[in-house]
Amino acid sequence: MNFMVVFRKELMEQWRTSKVLIVTAVLFMFGLTSPLLAKYTPEMLAAIPNLPAALSGLIPPPTVADAIAQYVKNMSQFGILLALLMSMGSVAQEKERGTAALILTRPVSRGTFLLAKFAGLAVTFTVSLLLAALGCWYYTYLLFEALPWGAFLAQNGLMLVVFLVYVAMTLLCSTLVRNQAGAGGLAFGGLILLSGLGAFPRLAEYLPGQLFAWGVSLSLGIVKTAWPALWVSLGLIVIFLGAAVLVFQRQEL
Amino acid sequence: MNSIVVEGLVKTYGSVHALDGLNMKVEAGSVFGFMGPNGAGKTTTMRILTGLAKPSSGQAWVAGVNLSEDGRDLSRHIGYLPEEPAFYPWMTPLEFLDYLGRLYGLQAKIRSVRARELLEMVKLGDSGKRRIGGFSRGMRQRLGIAAALVNQPDVLLLDEPASALDPAGRKEVLDLIDSLRGQCTVLMSTHILADVERVCDVVGIVANGKLIVQSPRQALLDKYALPVFEIEASETVLLQGWVDSVRNQPWFASAEVNGSKARLVVKDVNQAKHDLLPGAVRFGLVIDRYEELKPSLEDIFLRLVGGEELK
Repeated sequence: MNFMVVFRKELMEQWRTSKVLIVTAVLFMFGLTSPLLAKYTPEMLAAIPNLPAALSGLIPPPTVADAIAQYVKNMSQFGILLALLMSMGSVAQEKERGTAALILTRPVSRGTFLLAKFAGLAVTFTVSLLLAALGCWYYTYLLFEALPWGAFLAQNGLMLVVFLVYVAMTLLCSTLVRNQAGAGGLAFGGLILLSGLGAFPRLAEYLPGQLFAWGVSLSLGIVKTAWPALWVSLGLIVIFLGAAVLVFQRQEL
Repeated sequence: MNSIVVEGLVKTYGSVHALDGLNMKVEAGSVFGFMGPNGAGKTTTMRILTGLAKPSSGQAWVAGVNLSEDGRDLSRHIGYLPEEPAFYPWMTPLEFLDYLGRLYGLQAKIRSVRARELLEMVKLGDSGKRRIGGFSRGMRQRLGIAAALVNQPDVLLLDEPASALDPAGRKEVLDLIDSLRGQCTVLMSTHILADVERVCDVVGIVANGKLIVQSPRQALLDKYALPVFEIEASETVLLQGWVDSVRNQPWFASAEVNGSKARLVVKDVNQAKHDLLPGAVRFGLVIDRYEELKPSLEDIFLRLVGGEELK
């Protein structure tokens, strides 16, 4: 009911409040600079004055794998951080400010209200990640070699799934509490928990973080999959969103 | 026919009874003044009637929709103005009203015309393309009223609609509410008694989660207001003596003497009218002014809620 109307408003809000710009600028910058850093970091290290020859010999020549590794490292840190920052106020701020009460007395279900927010954030991250991927692909092509387009797109698709897990988790946190600082704190706790669980190797293969490794393998042509992690990630998105809708439907505004 | 029916509404928060068996009926087309002291349950009632909160027990119908059975239809029938209306600061009023119009499924042309009409009506016609983030409290309040009217609701729920406005703005809003009489049912919570006296047909006074009285405004004034007489006389000692002499009269309720002015509250207005002036003349009092004052809603309100502090 009225999903497209609320979704349209969410997209307008992402644009007018510069959320799209922030996410795009940050991810695009890291997309562009990752191959650059991979290429020139060894050269910069080698250029350090009085570096012992034996040590400079230890610095390996950069390869396309370094560019991909740098890209994944940057995206996994800043992408997830942005997922938390952009989502934590989505519901909590509307409840705190009173706009949720004003809108939810109109023909909008609470489920629609929440899912439109998720969809809006998903669009922002999809567009931003596409631009970042474009930047990374171009500089990798200039500095190293052309990456296989399909595989690299698939890698970014897997990264997007991870980001959306955190967007959904943060939306749930934002629904549970009434202020965005509390939502941010709760989501950060969730991030630490998921990261902590990743320290257990047998558990890690089922966690979203595994999708980063699968993505790298895809781009480098290595046969290694992480289907369980993908199903768990998609399941987590559904569970987090479902829980958020259930909680929100029972809340009084 | 009633637009709002509330039966035995109870709302508890832990051990606190925000509503304790509230019963209320609001006739279609009337402007109902919903009054009560702080914490009486006015806002809780409003939140339940808009579907934002659920009652612990009891039932309510708004525009024929039973809130406990199918609240989904409710939103198409009501317009709601919260006490502190909030908006998206990045939007303009025209965009916000257009957004609401889309939610109600209105066509683009109708949305555009209605948004402009409503903004003109609440004197925001020149600010239609300004960001709401820069609006004053009064401007937001007026925009909130426009927003509540987008869907031409059957029932309009207004929580303190004029409290944030300056006298000119208050007059405009009250005139606007007055003009809605007969077009839709208005339930207006307020602590400003003058506003209730000015626009409301029916008054309901709530205290401790219960409706303690509901009556047409004039009937309430006639029934509950103790008439007051003011008498001024330059001979203050004689005035005090005369007031003391009438204290044992059956129509006497209370009196207050302040210099040359005596204010007498009476229980039986007809008997008092019959006895007051002749008695004063017999006492030798030379009267400069004699006036029967119009009973005020404030007197009734304070009397009915036991003198609790107004919000």
